Amino acid sequence: MNFLTDHLLTWILFIPTVGAALLLFVPGGKVKFIRIASLVISVLPLLLTLYLWSLYQSPDQAGTFRFEENYPWFTAINSSYHLGIDGVSLAMLLLTTILTPLAILTSFNIKERVKAFMILFLVLETGMLGVFMALDLLLFFVFWEIGLVPMYFLINQWGGEKRNYASLKFILFTMGGSLGLLLAIQMIGVISGTFDLVTITQSWPALNEGVMFGIPVATVKAVAFWAFIIAFAIKVPVWPFHTWLPDAHTEAPTGGSMILAGVLLKLGAYGFIRLVLPLFPQESARFAGWLAALATAAIVFGALAAAAQKDFKRLVAYSSINHMGFVVLGIAAAAWAAASTNPAIRESAVIALNGSVLQMFNHGLSAAGMFFLVGVIYDRAHTRKLEDFGGLYAILPIYGSILIFTSMASLGLPGLNGFVSEFMIVRGVWPIFTLWIALGMIGLLFTGVYVLKALTLTLHGPLNEKWSGKLSEINLRELWVIVPLMVLMLSIGLWPSWILNLINSTVMTWF
Amino acid sequence: MPAFTSDMLTSLIPETGLLVLATLLLVLVLVKNEKFYIHLDWITAAGFTLIAVLAFIFGRPAEEPRLLWGEMIRVDRAGYLLSLMVLVGGALTAVFAGTDVTVGKKPEFYLLLTLASIGLVLMGTSANLIMLYLAIETAAIPLYVLAGIKYRDAWSVESGIKYLLFGGFSSAIMLYGFSLLYGFAGTTKIYGMVDALRASGTPLAAIILAAIMVLAGFTFKISAIPFHFWAPDVYQGAPTPVAGFLSTVSKAAGFIALARILINALGVESGNVWMIILAVISAASMFIGNLLAIPQKNLKRMIAYSSIAQAGYILIGVASGSEFGFSAAIYYLVAYLVTNLAVFAIINWIEYETGSTEISTFAGLNRREPGLALLLMIALLSLGGIPPLAGFFAKVLVFGAAIQSGMVWLAILGIINSVIALYYYLRVMKVMYVDEPAGSIKVDKLPVVWTVALAVCIIGIVLLGVVYSPWYNFITLAAMGL
Amino acid sequence: MQSPILPILALLPLAAAILLLFLPAAKRNLIRGIALGTSIVTLVFSFIAFFAYDTAAAGYQFQVSAEWLPALGIGFHMGADGIGVAMILMAGLVVFSGVMVSWRVEDRPREFFAFLLFLASSVFGVFASLDLFQLFIFFEMAVFPKYLMIVMWGYPKTKEYGGMKLTLYLFLGSMVALIGVLAMYFGSGLHTFDMVALEKAGFGLEFQRLWFPFVFIGFGVLGGIFPFHSWAPDGHVAAPTAVSMLLAGVEMKVGVFAALRAGLMLMPDGMRAWAPLILVLATINVVYGAFIAMIQKDFKYVIGFSSVSHMGLVFIGFATLTPEGLTGAGLQMFSHGIMTALFFAVVGMVYDRAHTRNLNELGGLFKYMPIAMLGFVVGGLVSMGMPGFSGFIAEIPIYMGAWKTVPLVAIISALSIVITAAYILLVVRRVFFGETPEPIKAGLSDITIMDKIVVVMLSLVMIIIGVFPSVIVPVIESGVKHILVLVGGA
Repeated sequence: MNFLTDHLLTWILFIPTVGAALLLFVPGGKVKFIRIASLVISVLPLLLTLYLWSLYQSPDQAGTFRFEENYPWFTAINSSYHLGIDGVSLAMLLLTTILTPLAILTSFNIKERVKAFMILFLVLETGMLGVFMALDLLLFFVFWEIGLVPMYFLINQWGGEKRNYASLKFILFTMGGSLGLLLAIQMIGVISGTFDLVTITQSWPALNEGVMFGIPVATVKAVAFWAFIIAFAIKVPVWPFHTWLPDAHTEAPTGGSMILAGVLLKLGAYGFIRLVLPLFPQESARFAGWLAALATAAIVFGALAAAAQKDFKRLVAYSSINHMGFVVLGIAAAAWAAASTNPAIRESAVIALNGSVLQMFNHGLSAAGMFFLVGVIYDRAHTRKLEDFGGLYAILPIYGSILIFTSMASLGLPGLNGFVSEFMIVRGVWPIFTLWIALGMIGLLFTGVYVLKALTLTLHGPLNEKWSGKLSEINLRELWVIVPLMVLMLSIGLWPSWILNLINSTVMTWF
Repeated sequence: MPAFTSDMLTSLIPETGLLVLATLLLVLVLVKNEKFYIHLDWITAAGFTLIAVLAFIFGRPAEEPRLLWGEMIRVDRAGYLLSLMVLVGGALTAVFAGTDVTVGKKPEFYLLLTLASIGLVLMGTSANLIMLYLAIETAAIPLYVLAGIKYRDAWSVESGIKYLLFGGFSSAIMLYGFSLLYGFAGTTKIYGMVDALRASGTPLAAIILAAIMVLAGFTFKISAIPFHFWAPDVYQGAPTPVAGFLSTVSKAAGFIALARILINALGVESGNVWMIILAVISAASMFIGNLLAIPQKNLKRMIAYSSIAQAGYILIGVASGSEFGFSAAIYYLVAYLVTNLAVFAIINWIEYETGSTEISTFAGLNRREPGLALLLMIALLSLGGIPPLAGFFAKVLVFGAAIQSGMVWLAILGIINSVIALYYYLRVMKVMYVDEPAGSIKVDKLPVVWTVALAVCIIGIVLLGVVYSPWYNFITLAAMGL
Repeated sequence: MQSPILPILALLPLAAAILLLFLPAAKRNLIRGIALGTSIVTLVFSFIAFFAYDTAAAGYQFQVSAEWLPALGIGFHMGADGIGVAMILMAGLVVFSGVMVSWRVEDRPREFFAFLLFLASSVFGVFASLDLFQLFIFFEMAVFPKYLMIVMWGYPKTKEYGGMKLTLYLFLGSMVALIGVLAMYFGSGLHTFDMVALEKAGFGLEFQRLWFPFVFIGFGVLGGIFPFHSWAPDGHVAAPTAVSMLLAGVEMKVGVFAALRAGLMLMPDGMRAWAPLILVLATINVVYGAFIAMIQKDFKYVIGFSSVSHMGLVFIGFATLTPEGLTGAGLQMFSHGIMTALFFAVVGMVYDRAHTRNLNELGGLFKYMPIAMLGFVVGGLVSMGMPGFSGFIAEIPIYMGAWKTVPLVAIISALSIVITAAYILLVVRRVFFGETPEPIKAGLSDITIMDKIVVVMLSLVMIIIGVFPSVIVPVIESGVKHILVLVGGA
């Protein structure tokens, strides 16, 4: 097992791709086999991640990053294949490896070109996992970009009516955003002479004096900082860079939406935590207020927009903006506090950041769940218009209950996961950005409004007669998807420390 | 008067041989037995070849150039090379003429060809202005007749008369120039005239005037600006083999003689001046030739204009005034000889098959006679200066000579012209390879001798373009010995 | 030590071409077989050259030399450095692919394959030349096959215009370069065309400043440098598939390779002096090419202009004169060669079946030719510099080189990434997805097995390099090191 444990991250990272490559050789007609095979392939990384987690608990692995693997990759520019994880990345790995098999299971309802769909999905998983593992700036970018392509095709080929528009908007927004990131990464690489994140984390922030390219270093760094911020802000998305999201999420196939909302958005937030905070501590502190303002705008506008939607899926999509706003707000608070010496502030920052990471995890669970549930009803009713539904609880009691449960988790009902993380963020941010968090609370209020509106319009009220007898109850396969998510939501809600300890162990070391 | 030496005899092998051949042909003319007439082409060619072989073996000049026959003739490598070129060119022309409808069976044609060749060989060896003038006229008079030999064809007659008038006019100017030079220098000897002119204290302007007059005569011979007007009409009107001969052998002789005079008679004193004059002539010839070639519909006429331009390229080498430049010009002449003869041979064959030399008759040649199309393409590409063919290396040499002499502008004009020229050569290639012929055209079997002669040209084109050392080294020596 | 590899590569196709011309035109399968056999042999030898190249020893390897015209210092001298063997491998792949996709040429296959092999001989010859004169001969040898192949088998509507424009542009460029080459010959005072000797000529600064543009821009015309790029799209579109592949894939590299060898490496100070201008021109190439590609209606024109854009990056890489930039340029030459060959192969496959290249008249081809679509998508991803593919591997070092010299160039030219993504994705969607218009349905069928081999092979090469850059990077770097020595350490 030595070979396995020595290269555990590589195994997790590439099992999906290798599996996808093998699937290429399976005849496209063997739909059933392809479905099962891709599910099995996607479960393997989950099992390995659990094994990784178990190893992570043992204290014999020291250092900031564990399970490091470092091999030369692109020697001409000193970029290496450098992987490694800490608690935050492990949480994200866990999220990814949990959601992927579930999304694949969800996608069993895909009928056309199943092989291509599954292959793209598995490649997508590698891309996402890579971002959470990469300890080399260029490698980070490689995985960051590589996930776009399968996602583009997933939306473009298996999406809804406006898929062409939505997919192109998705990829151009993200690529456009990454452009600045790419340039900034190159610049840092050129100046540092390496892309190794561990090295750069030490050298780059220390670089404060002098002139680069005939421009004062501070200006250069500020520009680079904003290049990073914009790239990640588009991905998260932070208001006003969010416009691609409702289109992409709405048009994507259900499995794709689950991954988009569940994992892809987290890549942006993860970028803030992994790259922006360590590389630009001064700039982060300086501009944290701006970021907090944008995050608050995302919270408020996201919630307001969600409340105004008539399309169920679009509503869920806007809710993501709202929830991710909290993540960014927590991160902004931590960024501001990193420059502070006041222990109380620093403690708040730890809480805020812990809350943010936990919120990433939680939102992954609940958004995936919500998109899944929208997909379930859409599969049956072929409409997502809220006003077309009504009183469905009467005919779909199980589905209705699940929907209520998941919505409540999303809403932040105490006892479920969303509450824990949002509370931590509010608590952590309060002493730092009191005004913004107070405004954010209004957003929180509207969160309640739109969730309840959705529930009312679908489940309650008089039954829309055209559905009676037409809609079947949620089936066993679908239960296999949602039940694990519900278990996780509940477990975090009741006993958050199983995951929070993991996150906190890393966050603590930063303050 | 120095004693008679054996090299006095060997120095005249080509002239003597050609004279014998001419006598033989004259006899055939008088016999009037049509039976012989169908074999005239290869008989003449064999005669030329035999003389060439003899001259090649026995006529090889000594290391040091010598003036013989009362300092009338100079035995050197340049003259030797030109005599071989004339002989080989004559032989090839004779073979190619065999398929010509009008002249192929005419003994007069072969007789005049032989007589003209005598003059051309002498042009290359003359070391005295009088001798040179005689040689030029010896060559010119049979050529006037050759150009108009199709006396039932108005085009041919016009071409003959035009050639005669232009020839006579330019010849007169040249003769006036010669007489001026004689007047200034007090001698007609080309070698040593520079010193004589210097000693005489003649003003430079006067020498330049004389030089320009001499040049005028030569521009006619080499079909360069400003006495180039005859070329298109004559090439188009004259029998195709004659046009081929005029454009290659006759031009080569003109260049060798010109080089001799420029170096030895006009010399260093006016060096810069004549370099510039020649460069201007060269540039003008290139531009006028190439630009006027573009709109031509008749291939012979197009090649005539291209021939004017080619004279311009060769003049680049001459104008650069260095030994390297003269080597380049001579290399160009050799390359041009095989190349243009091949072009005219194929034109002649198509004319034989179709009765026309319009470019449109070459349509579909690739489907009809793919081998011939390929060979014509090779020849045209060589004219265009594409490696690995003779014309490419020749162009590289002349451009190099210009650059070496600091005339980069001339080299740049040269390359601009190469591009223009490639344009119309490519258009011909396109017609051969892409266009569909108007109607069905009968395809004849190529005569064996004709094929061999064409093969000699093509092999020559490739060899001159791929293997350089033997020829280049000899040509360099020839240029040094001028 | 005389190694036969390079002469075989350069001369075997030539011999085969001549042999083909002597065969009776009716023996079509024999002719095709000989062409394919030759291309396989050259492919094998190009692999041998690439993998036998000793990166530790670096320098010029597989050298062969013989006297040619000693009086003028012209020699037959072949040898390849790291960039050379990479180019040779690329050419081997593209030539093989070109023969494969041309298998079904029915109009005069004898001439077609003969000219194609002639072209192959020319490109191998240039990549293997260490004598400037010899390089020039091989360079110019390509003029007539290019022209004739375009006008004989090209796209009927534009072949005459496109073919003539291409040929004259390139001929003019090469003749300008010839002037520069001759000037170097006389200026060096060494009386040799041998590039290894000329590298040490130590031309004066003034000399280099004056003559560098002649050589670099002259050869660079074939690389499509702005504003002399306009032959490229017209010519590529007019050409038959295999020729487009060779032209855009290999011939453009021949241009930049010659510009590198004769321009940059022999007159490094000239490069330094002219670098600002070249950076500006190349940046225009990159951005302008991408913009123009985006607005094209013709499938093939999109690819044609994308080549203009991508070749700009090569010039940027050169002009930075940094290790990264030069390595990236070498990688980009390789990557773009393979990519664009694949693009044109797929365009040809589509056109052969749909008989139109108008983007508005195509659609839904995915259902008919999935492998072709996959190939096009891979090419597209390379083109937009997507990580995991060779394009990214090539572009990153170029941008880094630009960061080291003129960061603005990196920033401006990076814009092209998004533009490229936009047009590639639009083209993929319009051609391969959506509904198939009725008029083209009749002719559609899957691509042949030979086409599939080509598409898969070229795609794999780009992915392998994208994932494992170490396959090729050390080879290119070993060539770059030598250039850096000439440039003066940099």
